[in-house]
Amino acid sequence: MVKLNVNGKEHKVKVNPDVPLLWVIREYLKLTGTKFGCGIGLCGSCTVHIDGKAQRSCQMLAGDAQGKKITTIEGLPRNHPVKIAWVKEQVPQCGYCQPGQIMEAAALLAEKPKPTEEDIINHMSGNLCRCGTYTRIKRAIKIAAKEGRKS
Amino acid sequence: MNKAITRREFLKKSLAGAGLTIAISITPLGHRIFAATEKEKVGVFKPNVWLQITPDDVVTIVVNKSEMGQGVYTSLPMIVADELDADWEQVNLEVAPAGSAYIDPVWGRQSTGGSTSIRHMFEPLAEAGAAARMMLVKAAAQTWGVSEGDCETSAGSVKNKKDGRRLTYGKFTMKASQLKVPDHPEVKKRDQFRLVGTPEARLDIPYKITGSAVFGIDVSVPGMLYGTVERPPVYGARLVSYDEKSAMKIPGLRRVVKIDRGIAVCADTIDAAWNGKKALKARWSEGVEPHMNNKTLEEKFIAYTDKKGLTARKVGDVNKAFDQASKKVGAVYLLPYLSHTNTEPMNGTAYVRKDACEVWVSTQNQTGVLELAQKLTGLKSGQIQVHTTYLGTGFGRRFETDFAEEALELSKATGKPVKVIWKREEDMQNDFYRPGNSCRIQGGLDNKGNLIAWSHRVVVPSIFARAMPGAVKNGIDPAAVDGIENTPYEFPNFLVEYVRMDTPVPVGFWRSVGNSHNGFTMESFMDEMAHAAGRDPLDFRLSLLKNNPRPRRLLEAVAEKAGWGKAPKKGQALGIAQHFAFGSYVAHVAEVSVDKKNGQIRVHRVVCAVDCGSVVNPDTIKAQMEGGLIMGLSAALKEKVEFSDGGVKSANFDNYEILRMNETPEIEVHIIVHNDKLGGIGEPAVPPIAPAVANAVYAATGARIRRLPMKPETVLEAIKSV
Repeated sequence: MVKLNVNGKEHKVKVNPDVPLLWVIREYLKLTGTKFGCGIGLCGSCTVHIDGKAQRSCQMLAGDAQGKKITTIEGLPRNHPVKIAWVKEQVPQCGYCQPGQIMEAAALLAEKPKPTEEDIINHMSGNLCRCGTYTRIKRAIKIAAKEGRKS
Repeated sequence: MNKAITRREFLKKSLAGAGLTIAISITPLGHRIFAATEKEKVGVFKPNVWLQITPDDVVTIVVNKSEMGQGVYTSLPMIVADELDADWEQVNLEVAPAGSAYIDPVWGRQSTGGSTSIRHMFEPLAEAGAAARMMLVKAAAQTWGVSEGDCETSAGSVKNKKDGRRLTYGKFTMKASQLKVPDHPEVKKRDQFRLVGTPEARLDIPYKITGSAVFGIDVSVPGMLYGTVERPPVYGARLVSYDEKSAMKIPGLRRVVKIDRGIAVCADTIDAAWNGKKALKARWSEGVEPHMNNKTLEEKFIAYTDKKGLTARKVGDVNKAFDQASKKVGAVYLLPYLSHTNTEPMNGTAYVRKDACEVWVSTQNQTGVLELAQKLTGLKSGQIQVHTTYLGTGFGRRFETDFAEEALELSKATGKPVKVIWKREEDMQNDFYRPGNSCRIQGGLDNKGNLIAWSHRVVVPSIFARAMPGAVKNGIDPAAVDGIENTPYEFPNFLVEYVRMDTPVPVGFWRSVGNSHNGFTMESFMDEMAHAAGRDPLDFRLSLLKNNPRPRRLLEAVAEKAGWGKAPKKGQALGIAQHFAFGSYVAHVAEVSVDKKNGQIRVHRVVCAVDCGSVVNPDTIKAQMEGGLIMGLSAALKEKVEFSDGGVKSANFDNYEILRMNETPEIEVHIIVHNDKLGGIGEPAVPPIAPAVANAVYAATGARIRRLPMKPETVLEAIKSV
């Protein structure tokens, strides 16, 4: 049994604690917005926030996530400046990696509300996008930073 | 409110497919629309299978093409909505079930590929929308007792020009549904479009930013088992032994099943399935070519460039021209196998029962899945439902049906719904790869530096021989020479040859297919010839396009935007390339610098120009240009499948790297509107990027890159050999 706090809700899950958090989120809790891409922490599709920091949920065991505040794409507010900027810049193509990109970008802006171009590139280069939406992601983060500061 | 498919609707969709009749019949010249024979609910206006309007004014448009990022869930509804004069805000989309009503009118099958969705669907969808609009006008005219000419439509309503009254379409659905569908709906002229040609926000994006868009891998069916398959580790290996007893000891493991593609386990949970597979300790025999590796494959590709090939195109007499040439240049190029690395790994979910079967799958090939399900279950097509989810990229990989086959086989064996999820390693090692290939090219110049002869011999495994053997004509795989034999360049003497080379490595359609390699070799060698002639690469190309205004104008436009001919920034050089594929012309200029000490290439900026004839959603075109050139750049700089001991060694993103944000250039896209026949946009941006970059590398260093990828060691080697 593993106890997880996901998006502000407590869940008791009958699962072996050594199962990666990603699969518990996806296949036990059925929160499928968080995606599986590589399983080795190199693509970023599975990015969630653990106590506010971006983390690869495929690299964290469910047991180790106990007692922590887990936020998935479903728990990120609809009016989050990053989500709004993603619509404005029409970022997604296939959309599969985008929850991970959005979670990563939101964590960046929480940490650095005024990221430089270099900050954005350094922070986001761990997230792969096979559709090649990188230039739009970069633009959207800049817009989100601007809008986020206004509000 | 715009509405894409939600999870609830996704499940509901299964009900929508039954009982519809064929909407369009195919004639050699086009399509004719028939009414759906089955009357829907009272008051619902459903003149054909592509749209319906309910009394509450909601317009639902059915899309028969797979959304894999290319924007068809928006661009195809735009066509219907424009002809219908619908209120775009009231447009809702529904994903078509797999069935004969939704086949592609050109292919006669339901599938998505070849950058054809808009090209193939524009006419029937425009007619469907126009027919509905005409019927609504007639209904309004009858209601008001005025002539049809006195009725004017816009934004989902009809206006009575006589008295200024205006009523929404919902008020006329009842009457309109009683009317006869016009045989020859009158479609709009280009200047009458209101949506087509303007940048519309994508209907799928709201769902893709909240995590609610359902991809194949997200499907959950009550009571389902998780299946996972151990497949041969090398090509042609046979299963020698496995430990079923140990596997069955894993809690939650339900079944060990031998299937066509390997040995599988089914379990209550995904982790139990993976533990069970490990516990199987499957042992395999040696493969069919146990010594095959990159070196053996590359040697074979190079050796085959000496073989005489089948003639795919012949203009004039190259041999005679070479005899007369004052300068001859020859080169051999070698390109690697590529993996699709779809962001969403392959997966499938199926539920096979005695009298029915359902499949949920990220597929580009609904008809293929349907036929496969029929074959495996023995059921009739009417008993099978194929639900197309969102696709976490397609790129041609999802035209294959192997992943659906596993889910179907396991569900059939267990009688339960089964979801099969591939890990990244399974995905990368069980791909249908973009074939490795080589070519031998020769060019001849006259004493004035004019190109008078070009011979191009392509060595490449055949994709079509396996995937669609009927398309192989006189032994020539159309993909193998695509982008060469149909080049817009005017060569007075031209020979294109195809040498088929077979290996155990399965090959398939990879975004832009044969163009992905032919574009590189053609445009790199074009640059070689320009330099051999001592001419500017742009001018040299233009001199071979005298009777082809579209690529000529495109090259001129991209050159101007990129500042071709002006002094580049310090340490940087420009490279240019163009390619015609899938009905569209794309040209790129790459701004590149090369670190001559370590061979590291940096692409700073790419200026892209596209002429796709006509435009439906310009922002989608831009997005496809950006994405296509980034995928092409990724392949050009980084990608190569590694083989060893008769199988695939590459397994994940640590040993098969793809381009990340830190290597992404600034991109500028210019759409050249030509108002000609519609061209495709999903693939054409891929082929010209690798040669644009390689040509810039040459301009920067004098080193010619004839092998991909342009990894630092390859570039360094080329620099040293200058």
